[in-house]
Amino acid sequence: MNYRANRILPSEITSEHLYFNRRQLLAAGLGGATLAALGASPRAFSSERVLASLKAPQNAAMSISEKPNSYEDVTTYNNYYEFGTGKGDPVANSGDFKPEPWSITVDGEAEVTGKFALEDILKQQTLEERIYRLRCVEAWSMVIPWDGFMLADLIKRFKPTSKAKYVEFTTLYDPKRMPGQKYQVLNWPYIEGLAMQEAMHPLTLIATGVYGKELPNQNGAPLRLVVPWKYGFKGIKAIVRIRFTEKQPVNSWQEAAPNEYGFYANVNPNVDHPRWSQATERLIGGSALFAKRRNTEPFNGYADQVASMYKGLDPRRLY
Amino acid sequence: MKTAGQYRYIYKPLLFAACAAPAVWMVLGMLMALGKTGFGMDLGADPVSRLIHACGITALRLLLITLAITPLRMLTGWNNLIRLRRMLGLFAFFYVLLHFTVYGWLDQDLNLAAIGADIVKRPYITIGMAGLLLLIPLAVTSTNKMMRRLGRRWTKLHKLVYVIAALGLWHFWWQVKKDIREPLIYVLIFAVLMAFRLKGKFWPTRAPERT
Repeated sequence: MNYRANRILPSEITSEHLYFNRRQLLAAGLGGATLAALGASPRAFSSERVLASLKAPQNAAMSISEKPNSYEDVTTYNNYYEFGTGKGDPVANSGDFKPEPWSITVDGEAEVTGKFALEDILKQQTLEERIYRLRCVEAWSMVIPWDGFMLADLIKRFKPTSKAKYVEFTTLYDPKRMPGQKYQVLNWPYIEGLAMQEAMHPLTLIATGVYGKELPNQNGAPLRLVVPWKYGFKGIKAIVRIRFTEKQPVNSWQEAAPNEYGFYANVNPNVDHPRWSQATERLIGGSALFAKRRNTEPFNGYADQVASMYKGLDPRRLY
Repeated sequence: MKTAGQYRYIYKPLLFAACAAPAVWMVLGMLMALGKTGFGMDLGADPVSRLIHACGITALRLLLITLAITPLRMLTGWNNLIRLRRMLGLFAFFYVLLHFTVYGWLDQDLNLAAIGADIVKRPYITIGMAGLLLLIPLAVTSTNKMMRRLGRRWTKLHKLVYVIAALGLWHFWWQVKKDIREPLIYVLIFAVLMAFRLKGKFWPTRAPERT
């Protein structure tokens, strides 16, 4: 699969840009600007990157049958503190971000280590589409059609040694390109980790696209992690480093608030976040007036595939 | 026009419109989300959560503006501003009620068990609820008749607004995941407004004019 195939002409994109700006344009014309001070903050859409089509065939066996959220939901409602802490900040502030050239440093307990150009990593992977549920620790959820490949396939190429018990991922640190990093909201760069068995699980995905197109900046371009049975914050974005370790990594949210966010972060309706309930979740993009709620499922509905990995471990320790 | 007339026919209607504007903007936003209008508040992908937040933040802003009336009078000598304070306070109460209604109805779908569990188990919701309940006696006693009837006790009772504002700010602070910059700004404004009161208590700046 050629990653750079099917480039869309910039002229074709302009209309979409205007389309997404339509509300803002209308609102501004009708006094929205004056009301902004009273609590209305129009979203800005500034993504200028041209996103190539990926044409990845769907892996139906690994996809759920629920209807995905709209492309607009998926690309305008994001938690990505590198571009700001508001849900609309990533799309508003990531427009100038250029995820190229991009390389990934692989180090730690593996035989094949070094710095690899993204192109070299991707040309050996075959992309497929997988429709996954995404459950945020903030008790909302979406359904997203990702395009990507199994992390396991990538890891095998680096030949981790027997000492490699965990995989640690690091996001790019570049406050000039990621303005949210100018504030010490989290201890940058963002770090996430998985136990080796979790990393090798066939559900664990490295996504390079969403909805059949390259990942927009606000969704973690050029590549991100997707672990559908864990809370969304495990899905680290804009990865620049993969390190194999013997010791359990300290992920950023665990470091920030260890009593609220753990290492495993498996979706679990029975273990509440200290400040809010995890029993139910609000479905993003439901009705405009009434929020749709549903009961959260253990392991976000993926218990059949993943629960066996955690046998013998106290589920209360797996938050 | 005399001062009373100016307030009655010009300033108060203008203030009413300004205070009602966020609610109108929200309703237009809901209609827009339903495809009925072309303009309104952009409620985004998670409209209910956006509405809850917008109501809460508007209530907090109105509470702080209410608390700013006394310092403004101290600084400017415009004692007539007091005529606007009741409307500001009542609108703050209105947005707190709206905040709770949107949460209880649109978000929790009137699931009383879930709402009750939230109020009991989630400290930030407990605190917010306490603020709402404390606002009720203030709203009920906001009429001229009640002011006359309660006399000096009215002033005492209405000092509760300091506690209510503090609870509201705490409620805001506590639910923020990590980025406390926004609630911090509100807390600092509250602190400045309260500092004026301490200053006024120890160093009365000027005798109030007759209005």
